[in-house]
Amino acid sequence: MARVVLIGNLAQLTGGVAEFQISATSVKHLFQQLAEAHPALAPHLEEGVAVAIDGQIYQDSLFEPIKPDSEVFILPQIAGG
Amino acid sequence: MADNKIGADHKIGAETNGHTDGQSNGAHYVGTRTIRPDGVDKVTGRARFGADYNLPGQLVGRVLRSPHPHARIVSIDTSRAEALPGVKAVVTRADFGDQPSEFIPAGEMMMNYKDVVRNVMAREKALYEGHAVAAVAATSVAIARKALKLIDVKYEVLPHVIDVVEAMRPDAPLLHDDLFTVGVEPKPDKPSNIAKRLEIKVGDVEAGFKKADLIVEREFKTAPVHQGYIEPHAALATVSEDGSVELWTTTQGHFIVRAHCARLLGLDISKVRVTATEIGGGFGGKTVVYLEPLAIALSKKAKRPVKMVMSREEVFKASGPTSGATVRVKLGATRDGKFTAGFAELKYQAGAFQGSPVQPGTMCAYAPYDIEHVHVIGYDVVSNRPKVAAYRAPGAPISEYAVESVVDEIAKKLGLDPIQLRMMNAARVGTKAAYGPKFGPIGLEETLNSIKKTEHWNTPLRKWQGRGVASGFWFNIGGETTVSLTLNEDGTVSLMAGTPDIGGLRAALASVAADELGVPVEKVRPIIGDTGSVGFNFLTGGSRSAFSGSMAIVEAAKQIKSELVARACKLWEAKPDQVEFKDGAVRPLGALAEKVKPMTVAEFGKLSGKLGGPIGGVGRINAQGAGPSFGTHLVDLEVDPETGRTTILRYTVAQDAGRALHPAYVEGQYQGGAVQGIGWALNEEYIYGDDGKLQNAGFLDYRMPVASDVPMIDTILVEVGNPKHPYGVRGVGETPIVPPLGAIANAMEAATGIRFTELPMSPPKVLKALRDKGLDKA
Repeated sequence: MARVVLIGNLAQLTGGVAEFQISATSVKHLFQQLAEAHPALAPHLEEGVAVAIDGQIYQDSLFEPIKPDSEVFILPQIAGG
Repeated sequence: MADNKIGADHKIGAETNGHTDGQSNGAHYVGTRTIRPDGVDKVTGRARFGADYNLPGQLVGRVLRSPHPHARIVSIDTSRAEALPGVKAVVTRADFGDQPSEFIPAGEMMMNYKDVVRNVMAREKALYEGHAVAAVAATSVAIARKALKLIDVKYEVLPHVIDVVEAMRPDAPLLHDDLFTVGVEPKPDKPSNIAKRLEIKVGDVEAGFKKADLIVEREFKTAPVHQGYIEPHAALATVSEDGSVELWTTTQGHFIVRAHCARLLGLDISKVRVTATEIGGGFGGKTVVYLEPLAIALSKKAKRPVKMVMSREEVFKASGPTSGATVRVKLGATRDGKFTAGFAELKYQAGAFQGSPVQPGTMCAYAPYDIEHVHVIGYDVVSNRPKVAAYRAPGAPISEYAVESVVDEIAKKLGLDPIQLRMMNAARVGTKAAYGPKFGPIGLEETLNSIKKTEHWNTPLRKWQGRGVASGFWFNIGGETTVSLTLNEDGTVSLMAGTPDIGGLRAALASVAADELGVPVEKVRPIIGDTGSVGFNFLTGGSRSAFSGSMAIVEAAKQIKSELVARACKLWEAKPDQVEFKDGAVRPLGALAEKVKPMTVAEFGKLSGKLGGPIGGVGRINAQGAGPSFGTHLVDLEVDPETGRTTILRYTVAQDAGRALHPAYVEGQYQGGAVQGIGWALNEEYIYGDDGKLQNAGFLDYRMPVASDVPMIDTILVEVGNPKHPYGVRGVGETPIVPPLGAIANAMEAATGIRFTELPMSPPKVLKALRDKGLDKA
């Protein structure tokens, strides 16, 4: 199962739990499972977060695949000036 | 949507040219210094910037702005202004429907449309001096100015607060009755100026500090600074009787402008067509809307085009600078120099509405270093100043200035070379970033090594001269990008991109297209299309445009090459395995080569009509795989102890570009960021009076470096290829502004023996510090 870690304030919406083991094949699948388990997370996942999968950061990429042994971080979205 | 993992059939990184198809004339343009396609127009004055557009019958638009930093707007009476001959329209808050609270991602700063509509035009309150309260459209500048004076606004003046620490006090004047701090438990029941508390945490910093032989803790303060673009905001809008809108504006993101204006004015997106004019600088400050919705609303009312241009004073008072901040840093190290723990607390001004770049500030603070235990807390705080906007690596220069200053102090106290100390602790491939994921291939070490090898680093200095070094980082992004390539009937290529060109995009993309298709770069004409001509593009920012634009070009070129091969097969009655695209032509293979000759891209263009119709490709991607860019800066400066004035003697930038598509433009980004950092460190600050009004709203008193203030900035292009990009490209535009503040502060310490913890280190402050220590005698 993939190791999923919430960065920043998102853990406040999961009762302080920042790390999960989740079986998900894509970012979309991951978000669905997180939202089902912690509904307060759902609007934040929809509003825009970045997802780092095995070191690579993805943004707005729902179909990005997640492997069974992936390390996934859910981060605040990033842009720049 | 195209597969964004385009590297599969392209060699990647800096080891190769990054493409498999060579040139028919043997030339490769990527990595060379081609002539910029916008150069002639810009040097002759022909280029059309925001204020250069005009339409027949256009009116002049002007904005009435609050003279108070904080006031309730009791009433607005526009009747006298409307009655003035020559005034064709007046708009106020009544002309903009309220927006429900809805956060949308705007890069790293979430924005709320409820705040956006209030920033564009004040509703209940004026929240900063310069806040728009009304706008008029008139037949001349003189009439417009007179009309503004005839608008009667009744204000109930309220106490104001500017400084971020002052604004955080429980008894500070409150800007918003409905702002409750997010990110604290229990949830507060009283509103506050603290919009958000956030943190990132890795490991256990207390345990880490126990392992340290040396701990340095310092507090730093930075002032708000403006992006300082030479070109003020400008917009020209015309609304036709069927409600469709045409808008010309100087912007970093015309699709974003379209979305904002459509939302604020209740329009279908398809009815708004926006052209991004040439832009005289943006640096993040032109990623939002100010004049555009006003110009459209005025034009709709007046039934004539309306043109609006900000004065420089308005730019300072009414457009978003970056945050001022207070930052506390605590860093522990062993006596050998290994960092054991890093803590920081960041308090950033957001301006009148929430949304400072404190989030990326927390993530970037310790990003260059491999530290097991990190804890960074950030506060997003509103105060009576213009709402901040992005400024090049938003948030990072502030936090990394503080950390790099403390790193330097640790180096001195441990008797270690500052570059060696950074090397010992540098993030490398596989290092876990403080914000979570592990880094892939990155070039921080290479930049440090490059600096160490320079003649600059080894040049001796004299008294009152000092040398400083600092490193910095930005994540970079990709994002939604559409580029079209069209093969014209004379064999030339039209390239249409959709991200405004603020730093050489057209030149870079033309080189990529030329290499991909095997045509001379002079035959590729790049333009930036308006929102009606090209598919959606996210704004130019986040160092994304060359990275993602070139990926989209590769995709578009692939489509063209595939089409040419298919047509050749039909023409030659051949199978696909009997032909290939190579060196700018479709070539027959094997026995077929004895029967037919190769056909070039240009020849296909000439025959396109006969062979099936127009030939083109569109790359439509959501580019992923952006690689971070690390940089290290080295600066020598000299302080005049009699005046406190600092002169930059020498400056070298080493930064990882992955692969420089156009080296001159990449060097320009390095130099520009360095100069902006020099200004930020040594001179620039917003100066407010006790009345909350800006005292230096002009370039004379808001002193930015000009060409004569700085030496040539030397540059070293490090290229550690980004494995996720077909050419190995990393964005480069943000990182160059991150290291200068720390590097210059460290050089000042070396020159004077004084650790300056407040920016800017302007002559009066330096002189005072020297006098306080009795050092002002030369």
